[in-house]
Amino acid sequence: MGAGTVVGMTRNDTTRGAGSGGNAVEVRGLVKHFGATKALDGVDLDVREGTVLGVLGPNGAGKTTLVRCLSTLLRPDAGTARVAGYDVVAQPRQLRRVIGLTGQYASVDEKLSGFENLYMIGRLLDLSRKDARRRGEEMLERFSLTEAAKRPAGQYSGGMRRRLDLAASMIGRPAVLYLDEPTTGLDPRTRNEVWEEVQRMVAEGSTVLLTTQYMEEAEQLASELTVIDRGQVIAGGRVDELKAKVGGRTLQIRPADRGELHRMVGEVARAQLDGIAGATADEAEGVVNVPIISDEQLTAVVALLGSRGFAISGISTHLPSLDEVFLAVTGQKASSSAPEQDAADTDALQEVAA
Amino acid sequence: MSAATLSAPAAAPAREGRIGLRANLRHIGALARRNLLQIKADPESMFDAVIMPIIFILLFTYVFGGSMAGKGHEKEYLNYLVPGLMAMQGMNIAMAVGTGVNDDFKKGVMDRFRTMPIARSSVLIAKIVVEIGRMLVATAILLGMGFALGLSITTTPLHLLAAVALSVVFGASLMWVFILLGLSLKTPQAVQGMAMIILMPLQFGSSIFAPTAKMPGWLEGFTKYNPLSNLADAARHLMRGGPVAHSVWMTLAWAVAITLVTAPLAVSKFRKKT
Repeated sequence: MGAGTVVGMTRNDTTRGAGSGGNAVEVRGLVKHFGATKALDGVDLDVREGTVLGVLGPNGAGKTTLVRCLSTLLRPDAGTARVAGYDVVAQPRQLRRVIGLTGQYASVDEKLSGFENLYMIGRLLDLSRKDARRRGEEMLERFSLTEAAKRPAGQYSGGMRRRLDLAASMIGRPAVLYLDEPTTGLDPRTRNEVWEEVQRMVAEGSTVLLTTQYMEEAEQLASELTVIDRGQVIAGGRVDELKAKVGGRTLQIRPADRGELHRMVGEVARAQLDGIAGATADEAEGVVNVPIISDEQLTAVVALLGSRGFAISGISTHLPSLDEVFLAVTGQKASSSAPEQDAADTDALQEVAA
Repeated sequence: MSAATLSAPAAAPAREGRIGLRANLRHIGALARRNLLQIKADPESMFDAVIMPIIFILLFTYVFGGSMAGKGHEKEYLNYLVPGLMAMQGMNIAMAVGTGVNDDFKKGVMDRFRTMPIARSSVLIAKIVVEIGRMLVATAILLGMGFALGLSITTTPLHLLAAVALSVVFGASLMWVFILLGLSLKTPQAVQGMAMIILMPLQFGSSIFAPTAKMPGWLEGFTKYNPLSNLADAARHLMRGGPVAHSVWMTLAWAVAITLVTAPLAVSKFRKKT
């Protein structure tokens, strides 16, 4: 740790609410118009220090506008926002010292190599040449980019570029990190890598504001959620609270023999396992769907079917989709979730919605 | 409750967070290094500075030289041409800064710079510094080629340096025009197209390639006030002797005027975009 201490970084620890419990981000009544459209229509939210807040919402809900306001890229029309105690409008310079931003589109110089990108950012953050080099190498290592260090970023795959972007955002050890749909368009393996990194950063004390369209991502990373739609907060709270509202997961069991679908449903119903009701057979898919809310229930169902001698060829669990979350918290469908994107997305959590 | 602990910095003076001069220079250095690395990654982007002077000098000397000064007397035309080309290439190279700025805004990298604790102007200044370096490279190649073909300077090396300096100063003032274009137009291609529309008449309707005395009256009137004519004449007289005061002052006046008009516009456009 000590070796990596960044000299000259004014991460003014004295000014950050010492200890935990304080809010790293406080947003009150934030409004941003683009012409006639209200991208943000009075958003209130807090992110407690050292935690991850997931901002969940469909395309066009205002997530990116929110992040751009909080990172001084856009000036809000009304309302206030403080990040690490600094006002986004009145103290942009100080604020830029404590934030990092990774957007949907990688913001690295494509002509420069991975290392040169990170070195440049280190120098722009006032690290000495030596520290900038060391920190750059450290981050490349951490994001498994060491082998690609000398290649131009333009030749990186989408996942590598996103990782480089994350590394670039973290060079200055920002107190608050914004991740704007960090895994949109990534394959599942790369997505998992990004998730692991984010979890690690939080473990090291960063505060993260994460926007996402995916309930699964929110559940993986965030401790609290804010659901926004049409520029307004429509629900918020701890992830488990929201989940309780929405319902738990769906366990899908695929018998080796499709003919056994209904016998399996019957067995599950007859066994009257604790808290389990409403198992159904999906003939088109050839699976049995069982709503569950805990891992114990999962184990119990699988054990039951095993003990009854069923041959099972596949088991999976699915979280509620964003649409189902919306349905549960508002009673209506998400306003503008892009259908083509949902259709193109083969992500497991979309299957249930289909 | 947390508001109490977090509102502390708000009371700090507004100057807190300002970027000091040394930090600013360091940032400009890091960004200039970026621009140099971009050139290294894409060496063809140096064509305009390395190959163009050679092509121009060979082409014009041997295509026009014979008819301008008489067959076998191409060297005389060479002496006329090189100072003019020096004036012209500042403009050609300054153009690249416009496409570069435009490109930056299209990519996410500008967003990254804008969320960092650096003066926003340092991105522009770093570009200008590197472009001036490119101008000097182009000028060195042009002069080297010129000397190889028989160019002779009848004044002192100091005069030659003054001519180089004058072209660089004028070229730097033009960069603001191209930065403004780069910030105003949508694509790098549009910037290039628009730049050509401005460049062509200015370059050929000037004393760069031919003396203006034999041009029709209306054109002569245009060339007289064309800043490129002034710069070409100034460079010519500085390198080959002749009255320098008028053309040098006119060139400097143009450079100052262009900068005064376009730099604030470009900076305010840049601020608005950032």
